[in-house]
Amino acid sequence: MSLDSDSFSPLPKATKAEGINRSSTTWRQDACKRFRLNPLAMGGLIILSLIIIFAIMGPSLSHFDYRSNDLQLTLLPPNWVHPFGTDELGRDIMTRTMYGARISLLIGFGSVLINLTIGIFYGGISGYLGGRIDNLMQRLIDIIFSIPDLLYVILLMVTLGAGLQNIFIVLGIVNWVPMARIVRGQILALREQDFVLAARALGASTSRILMKHLVPNSIGQIIVIATLQIPAAIFMESFLSFIGLGVQAPLVSLGYMVSEGRVDIPSYPFVLFFPAIIIAILMLAFNFMGDGLRDAFDPKMRK
Amino acid sequence: MARYLLGRIASAIFVIWFVVTMTFFLMHSIPGGPFSTDKVLPPQIMANINERYHLKDPFLKQYIDYLKNIVQFNFGPTYRYQGRTVNDLIKEGLPKSATLGLLAAVIAVVFGTGMGVVAALRQNKAADYFVTFLATIGVSVPSFVIATLLQYYLGFKAHLFPPIGWGELKYMMMPAIALSAYPVAQITRLTRASMLDVLNQDYIRTARSKGLPGYVIVFKHAIRNALIPLLTFFGPFFAYILTGNFVVEYVFNIPGIGRSFVTSIGNRDYPVIMGTTILFATLLVTFNLLVDIAYTIVDPRIKLTGQKGV
Repeated sequence: MSLDSDSFSPLPKATKAEGINRSSTTWRQDACKRFRLNPLAMGGLIILSLIIIFAIMGPSLSHFDYRSNDLQLTLLPPNWVHPFGTDELGRDIMTRTMYGARISLLIGFGSVLINLTIGIFYGGISGYLGGRIDNLMQRLIDIIFSIPDLLYVILLMVTLGAGLQNIFIVLGIVNWVPMARIVRGQILALREQDFVLAARALGASTSRILMKHLVPNSIGQIIVIATLQIPAAIFMESFLSFIGLGVQAPLVSLGYMVSEGRVDIPSYPFVLFFPAIIIAILMLAFNFMGDGLRDAFDPKMRK
Repeated sequence: MARYLLGRIASAIFVIWFVVTMTFFLMHSIPGGPFSTDKVLPPQIMANINERYHLKDPFLKQYIDYLKNIVQFNFGPTYRYQGRTVNDLIKEGLPKSATLGLLAAVIAVVFGTGMGVVAALRQNKAADYFVTFLATIGVSVPSFVIATLLQYYLGFKAHLFPPIGWGELKYMMMPAIALSAYPVAQITRLTRASMLDVLNQDYIRTARSKGLPGYVIVFKHAIRNALIPLLTFFGPFFAYILTGNFVVEYVFNIPGIGRSFVTSIGNRDYPVIMGTTILFATLLVTFNLLVDIAYTIVDPRIKLTGQKGV
């Protein structure tokens, strides 16, 4: 039996039986796709965008000012000129709601930015260094965590005094604990992996490993926590405004409007109704988005 | 076990000391004394006030005196109400707040677990969607909005309950519902998730294949195991009931500890602010300790090796 080369012929080049047919998707594309397929999360994003547009663009389109009063037109129920009605001092409630939403959103995003920064540094250092320093830093977190943050917030606000700037400071320095915990957990899990060892073997410094390798790899979790902390901050600010420790007149936030509207509720429920509804919708939108992001970034949810 | 307990108690005491110290330093760092008003008082009167409340003592002495008093559960005089002490306020307010909190807790646990179980058993059916919808509303509407709306619709409009004040059970219902809205929602979500998890386990299938009736499976096998993870929620839950009281008592004008806390903030009545904060911190730390111990009794799989639960 003999085999000559004529019996063999190469297969046509075109058939790639074991090639990769689908274009590879990066982690980010994957997450985006999963997020887009989640109707609740997308709904949250759309509603949130609408509220942000309402808050940013609204006041300049409105004929009224949030602080000038017109004592001849007090407590008008919703009508064509004032779609949300007017309050006790004849101010247009819709314009005030826009400003209030603006301040509330500003506080939400601003304070989360502060506690994001603190949390990433604290959690990152604690998780990466480990050992005794980690232990000490965790004890401090345990102490802070064992007391409701509302108590700290109230105490600090009483000490510093009410006002927008102090709200930023206080919410920023109080709410970083959950962020630091998450970041530390992520870093602890990541730092034992081979790519970190490789980076270290190549002579990367600690800060470079932290900022270039460890933090970017935990960014999904960080974004999720941040999204869920924004409504928490708005919640807290509205509570502070409600008990008189929040923003001060003439500034206005949604919580402040609710506490104003509370006085009028037996006869004029619409004064409270609109800001309260906007707060609730904001909370819902952020919560749906946060849940959607968590599912989107979770590789276990991959189909 | 004994060593673990001792360690936990020591750390709890440390936490309380930390809170006492922080509160003291924060309250004393506020510029201007508690009695500085626009009205200028004669120097003799100011001297008497300072004498009465030891305001001119050296700072360290004030701190040590305060610590000594706290150890004896003496929170000192109030600045606002002549001749009354913070202890008096706590003694009057705490039972009311505790009753309200307890009622809210009962509502939260009964309705939360009930709705969660129903939602899990009717997964992806109308009942499930309805419960999930209610739970979502519960977590996203701030308690002061819920309290105000209840007060308006059930109190002023429907006259179902007295809209304001404190007394027998009918006065407690609306505040308790407002206070429990958030925990009900959270417990519902947790129970639903945990029930779904349990219902997919093998031993439930075994029970079913044995031919056990549905209610036995649900009540005897599923619910008991599904409720264990709920224990983790009890620490935050208690904290929520404590601080949630601020709003609810304020809205419904209930003379409890929460309202006196909020009022004391407006009045700048520092001893009341400090006393209430320390009281809450102590209650919470003690409660968390008890919850951690309860875990080990309920679920022997949890080991007490140094690491701290929430």
